[in-house]
Amino acid sequence: MSASNRIQIDGKEVQFSPGETILEVAWRKGIAIPTLCYLKGASPTGACRICLVEVEGARSLVASCAAPAAPDMVVRTDSEKVIRSRKLNLELLLGSGHHYCVTCEADGDCRLQELAYEYEVETVRFTESPARYPVETNTLITRDFSRCIMCGRCVQACNDIQVNEAISYGYRGDASKIVTIGDRPYINSDCVFCGECVQACPVGALVAKPSRFKGKPWEMKKVRTTCSYCGVGCQMYLHVNKGRVVKVTGVDGIGPNYGSLCVKGRFGFDFIHDANRLNTPLVRENGALREADWDEALDRIARNLKKIIDKDGPDSIGFLTSARITNEENYVAQKFTRAVLGTNNVDHCARL
Amino acid sequence: MTNPIQDIEKSDVILITGSNTTENHPVLSSYVKRAVKFKGARLIVVDPRRIPITRHAAQWLRPNLGTDVAWINGMMHVIINEGLYDEAYVQNRTVGLDELKQIVAKYTPEYVEEISGIPRAELTAAARTYAEAPAASILYAMGITQHVTGTDNVKSLANLAMLCGNVGIPGGGVNPLRGQNNVQGACDMGGLPDVYTGYQKVDDPAVRKRMESAWGVDRLPDRPGLTATDMMNKAYEGELKALYIIGENPMVSDPDLNHAEKSLKNLDFLVVQDIFMTETARMADVVLPSASFAEKDGTFTNTERKVQRVRKAVTPPGKAREDGVILCDLSKRLGYAMSYKDSREVMEEIARVTPSYCGINYNRIKAKGLHWPCTGTDHPGTPCLHMDQFTCGLGVFHAIDYRQPAEVPDDAYPLFLTTGRLLYHYHTGTMTMKTPGLNELAPACFVEISREDAAGYGLVEGDTLLIRSRRGKIEATARISEMAVKGTVFIPFHYAAAAANRLTHAALDPIAKIPEFKVCAVAIEKV
Ligand code: SF4
Ligand code: SF4
Ligand code: SF4
Ligand code: FES
Repeated sequence: MSASNRIQIDGKEVQFSPGETILEVAWRKGIAIPTLCYLKGASPTGACRICLVEVEGARSLVASCAAPAAPDMVVRTDSEKVIRSRKLNLELLLGSGHHYCVTCEADGDCRLQELAYEYEVETVRFTESPARYPVETNTLITRDFSRCIMCGRCVQACNDIQVNEAISYGYRGDASKIVTIGDRPYINSDCVFCGECVQACPVGALVAKPSRFKGKPWEMKKVRTTCSYCGVGCQMYLHVNKGRVVKVTGVDGIGPNYGSLCVKGRFGFDFIHDANRLNTPLVRENGALREADWDEALDRIARNLKKIIDKDGPDSIGFLTSARITNEENYVAQKFTRAVLGTNNVDHCARL
Repeated sequence: MTNPIQDIEKSDVILITGSNTTENHPVLSSYVKRAVKFKGARLIVVDPRRIPITRHAAQWLRPNLGTDVAWINGMMHVIINEGLYDEAYVQNRTVGLDELKQIVAKYTPEYVEEISGIPRAELTAAARTYAEAPAASILYAMGITQHVTGTDNVKSLANLAMLCGNVGIPGGGVNPLRGQNNVQGACDMGGLPDVYTGYQKVDDPAVRKRMESAWGVDRLPDRPGLTATDMMNKAYEGELKALYIIGENPMVSDPDLNHAEKSLKNLDFLVVQDIFMTETARMADVVLPSASFAEKDGTFTNTERKVQRVRKAVTPPGKAREDGVILCDLSKRLGYAMSYKDSREVMEEIARVTPSYCGINYNRIKAKGLHWPCTGTDHPGTPCLHMDQFTCGLGVFHAIDYRQPAEVPDDAYPLFLTTGRLLYHYHTGTMTMKTPGLNELAPACFVEISREDAAGYGLVEGDTLLIRSRRGKIEATARISEMAVKGTVFIPFHYAAAAANRLTHAALDPIAKIPEFKVCAVAIEKV
């Protein structure tokens, strides 16, 4: 790397590779710059102006997430001027909508709230503007425009990450709104309910409807697991409150999905606590199934299997294990079939 | 998959066939869409339906149902004829090119057009695009395998990839997309009639001996067992007396459900272990309640062979128990005590008896999964297969001729039917249909039909149709769709109330024993 590929950040000399933004160089070196609209993997929009830094010789402050590092740049990330503008921007954002945190779904996990606290915003100096658009909801996603700060992360998530191309910027000035094609509600649009936008939204403007009022973030236990639907094997967190899974989010920063999920993975979890789950063994008696305890059910199975093995041999029994259960369970199932029952008649329904 | 998912964004050309990627593997489809939108990759889609991913394609080829071997041979014909194949690669790493050349010689674009309906110029263009790419990846799914010629189809795709030197390079590969979360794992773990874990053959005496001593048993059975489809047939004939089914619902997912129903009824004893009372469980003599994925610890192996953790988040309802625990309990009652402290201990045993999993343990995959083969605890795993050479030495070309599907339309059943899944549901719907939002988005069964056919039959959107095949009949509403093409209708197979598999054909691929879900002939009428 040539000597000219260097910049100075807060007095520290650091090297950069061509194309890297000031933000990326700083983060790589462990220098904290706050962001709001920046979304990893998407092209920067420079919309929120929270990542502002001072660059020597530049006429105004620079959005570090969008500005490429250039040779011999001298950057200050924490000058008084920087801090003051960030704070002002936060006040403007807070004043731009209806940020009533008390029952907001994002409370406790909101970038705007965090930053406002960090930058010691006492009160909102600008009067709150009335909501320009009513709340829109369907069974899966709620859009609360009064909380939208027009950061554009949802648009990037939909267009640059999932490439579903369902939403974009609409209207101008005060009327600005994130819109679907033809400004229709999500449910009648090209949206496929992957929820990438919901996960990307730094505030409470996009909310997973089934999780609304199901618990504050600090009440949730997050359990990392693997999706149980298709073979992609997305990494996800199950958010558990009071013994129930109430929300699912993608695990950021790790493959295969880097935070993305699809509609099934993100929203298809109701079955876990469905009232119709089988919760007791059943045995057939006089043509009908009735409840039984484990001993009775397992004894009945053991007795019948033994009888059949004795009479017709182990090869008259078949075992269908499953592409839905774990590796460990599949291992136990085929070992059971081979070592205990004594047949190789074991398969699963993947072909079907 | 031979290559990891991330590799898709390194491909110059992506060929998707028999995979409705955006609906069945949504998150993986984003890799494809990003490759096209931001990395300049060219996408070729070969599919009988105008599936959503065609919107991103440089080229969409529409073959007649069940003509895959023909168009693949046709592409190879063009590639060989125009000298576009990777000579050095073929020379160094493969055998059998001469036989392949002989077979594909007759698959001229004109001949292929006759069979497949793909215009000759389009086939030629696609062949050139694929062959000229520095790295081209092939993605396929059930649309390739669920045919009587499924094995032929897969081998043909492998031929194409090897011919152009695309196997064993980043951004290349022949990549099957697995439909269910742990199909890969079920196979890896020996949930197959002819192999133990890691594809070790049951009829290899040395392997068997090793397993006997590992498991502490005298004599393991030495002949391969029955496949799932053969089990059903043997039950039908009365030779199979008992069946133990975990977590599957053949009463909706089997081909030719009438046959499946008779087979299950014919059993002396049926055990079903599941999380819901399925159509299949209703027929059982004993039903056992099991734990869902959120209620247990373990691992799944995804479509790119990556072993990843599953963790317990909540407790199972009522008396429900984990599948493995149930089997261990049962084994004691049958005089062979299997017992494990936890799933970690099972994985330790798996690693001991399975060379390809031998380096995998819970400590290593805590934060990030590992791709097998992983042959030691210091082995980094193998994201990309066949890098320097094929696992079994030289890559073999299989010269394969085109064969017709088992059933084609005629006067009595004039339309092709193909089946598949929707974005909003999964398999037989036992899980996804519990979420109101998903039901709202995909509430009921439908028949997707082209505008031309709808006009021909005088149909309007929402008409109730009776769909008949030689096996059975169902009713569903008409959905006139841009995705359908003339002569072929599509029905999703999720819905038990209008089970598409009342219609489908149980004809099997002779080797893989996979039924031909993707092709049969039907008649429709308005009711
Ligand atoms: S849910 Fe997905 S498809 Fe719908 S707008 Fe959000 S990101 Fe786009
Ligand atoms: S909805 Fe959320 S992510 Fe989208 S622009 Fe508004 S605040 Fe940003
Ligand atoms: S979230 Fe969707 S894409 Fe990911 S594994 Fe689950 S079903 Fe597949
Ligand atoms: S993070 Fe840079 S402008 Fe928003």
